[in-house]
Amino acid sequence: MTRLVRRQGWVAGLLVLFVVLFVITKLIQPGYGSGDFGSLVRAVLPYAFAVAAQTIVVIAGGIDLSVGAMMALTSVTAASMMDGASEEYAVFVVPFVLAMGLVLGAVNGMLIVVTRVPDIVVTLATLFVLQGAALLVLGAPGGAVAEWLRATIVGTVAIPGLPEISAWIPKALVLLVVFLCIIWIPLKRSKLGLSIYAIGSSELAAFRSGVPVARTRIIAYALSGLFAAMGGLALTMSTGIGAPIPGPYLLASVAAVVLGGVALGGGKGGLLGPIVAVFVLRLVRTDLTLLAIDPNVTAIIEGAIMVAVVMFGAFITMRSRQS
Amino acid sequence: MSTTAIQPVPFGRRLKRFMADRPLIPLIILLVILVLVLQILRPGIVNERWLANTVKFAIPLAILAGCQTMTMLTGGIDLSVGTVATMSAFIMATQVVHHDPAVAILIALVPAVLIGLVNGIGVGVFRVHPLIMTLGTSLIGTGCLQVYQRTVIASGAKIPPFLAWLGTGLTYGVPNALLLFIPVAVLIVFTLRRTGFGRLIYAVGDNEGAARLSGVRYWQVITALYVISSVLAGITGLLYIGLIKAPSLSLAEPLVLPSVAAAVIGGTSIFGGRGGYTGTIVGALILTVLTTLLTILQMPEGARRMLFGLIVLFVTAAYLRIIEDR
Repeated sequence: MTRLVRRQGWVAGLLVLFVVLFVITKLIQPGYGSGDFGSLVRAVLPYAFAVAAQTIVVIAGGIDLSVGAMMALTSVTAASMMDGASEEYAVFVVPFVLAMGLVLGAVNGMLIVVTRVPDIVVTLATLFVLQGAALLVLGAPGGAVAEWLRATIVGTVAIPGLPEISAWIPKALVLLVVFLCIIWIPLKRSKLGLSIYAIGSSELAAFRSGVPVARTRIIAYALSGLFAAMGGLALTMSTGIGAPIPGPYLLASVAAVVLGGVALGGGKGGLLGPIVAVFVLRLVRTDLTLLAIDPNVTAIIEGAIMVAVVMFGAFITMRSRQS
Repeated sequence: MSTTAIQPVPFGRRLKRFMADRPLIPLIILLVILVLVLQILRPGIVNERWLANTVKFAIPLAILAGCQTMTMLTGGIDLSVGTVATMSAFIMATQVVHHDPAVAILIALVPAVLIGLVNGIGVGVFRVHPLIMTLGTSLIGTGCLQVYQRTVIASGAKIPPFLAWLGTGLTYGVPNALLLFIPVAVLIVFTLRRTGFGRLIYAVGDNEGAARLSGVRYWQVITALYVISSVLAGITGLLYIGLIKAPSLSLAEPLVLPSVAAAVIGGTSIFGGRGGYTGTIVGALILTVLTTLLTILQMPEGARRMLFGLIVLFVTAAYLRIIEDR
């Protein structure tokens, strides 16, 4: 019970932080409106899916270093398949790419279970392999995306009679919420979700209470792969191309997971915290840009914030372990 | 049936134990096999010039793999070596326009020390996982380098002649880079095998709790280690720019992954406490020959990366089996 209260408190604190940052943004740039919010959500979209991918694995007591590479591979696959193809063809591309993420994530999990090599080493190796595969699919940024796919994240949801409110609900946000919810909510309420928390909390205790540890771990990694594939698709949808070299998604995902109140040791936290955290991190970047700071300096500040957050998280974990 | 009764130790088990005890011998056999394959695919390629070239390109990789070996012995990893090497090379090449080469080199090594210090404090004091910590500092380092590049864009860059001599020159067919590499290699091997600091590195990696209880100051060892690793990476950058002769913002980045692979192939356990530098040197040579082989087979960069990733995974899994068997 107290854990629940503390966790919700953490998420509430993050929401307050987000609102404060939003007010600051409004002060810096009084014209900051619904259109800018829409572009913020579009920029957040790939990061949010990367964070979801990382969260589920971290809750299961692991870590997935291949998130960024998985996104790059799925993104270039989607972009090169849709290049020069008809609009309808994309209907097949999307499920194919999602299935690819699911399978590759499951392979990650199976390698960890079968070889018994620590997850951090296995996913480091698959990071290299997936990066190589992405370069094989597409040597340089390129490809294309179907128009209707692009349209799904551009613009806002039209609610008849409420133009004021609907202007603040970008389609990208709806897409994000829908896709996260249709996977996360059934999972959280099922036995499988409980098993994922259980193996993250204490693998031995979970095993002794009859949780199929190996299967649960493989499923956690498979779902992580699925989220990463969604991230890759979101990346292609927002940029219109596929890029074989991933952005700083790995570090950003770990930082948002830590900031979102998910313990790096596993077994604690939820999905809402990290998602709010990634919005906070991106809004900080927006503010820095609005303050007319050199984009390269922004990258440094952003990197420093992420490193500081991870250091803070590790410090908290260490303290809690000692007490 | 009866054969199993006569042989108390099966051959596979004996082979495993042999490989665990003397990892250098199978590695050298592998190296020779690779060279032979190369000779068969392109008869006449293996000559004195090829040998010198291979050694020349293996040296920067071997030093960076030395950074990985030392950090991996404590159960860590240093993914910032590529960025550090690139930074020191780029800063030296641009500062040498205004300053004396010696001053420029000193200026170039300052960011290396700083990044090593931040890595060490993050890993040693705050206990962040080394992989994430060094990834983060390399991200920050790359950002700083991009900002720095803007400020020096007008002044241009050049490479001091003696670094080019050191990087590419040959004396009687022997690469001059060995002048730098042999002392570095001897120093690393000596430090790891014969000094107290080397003992501490192995002790921390083998059993951190026990090391701590016997009075080892964990954070001091780790901080010193990551600073050393960073400085070595900085020196590698200076050597590498003498070899490549074109300063860029991603100069040494392609070496990071092979450096991890070289240390893993060389028998250093990624979990810490096991391994040494001599194996790593052979590992770096193997990877350089393998790269030549893959280039001859016209394998694209992507396939090369995939192969290196698979090597890291399979070798680690194999070592785990060997350790478990004992």
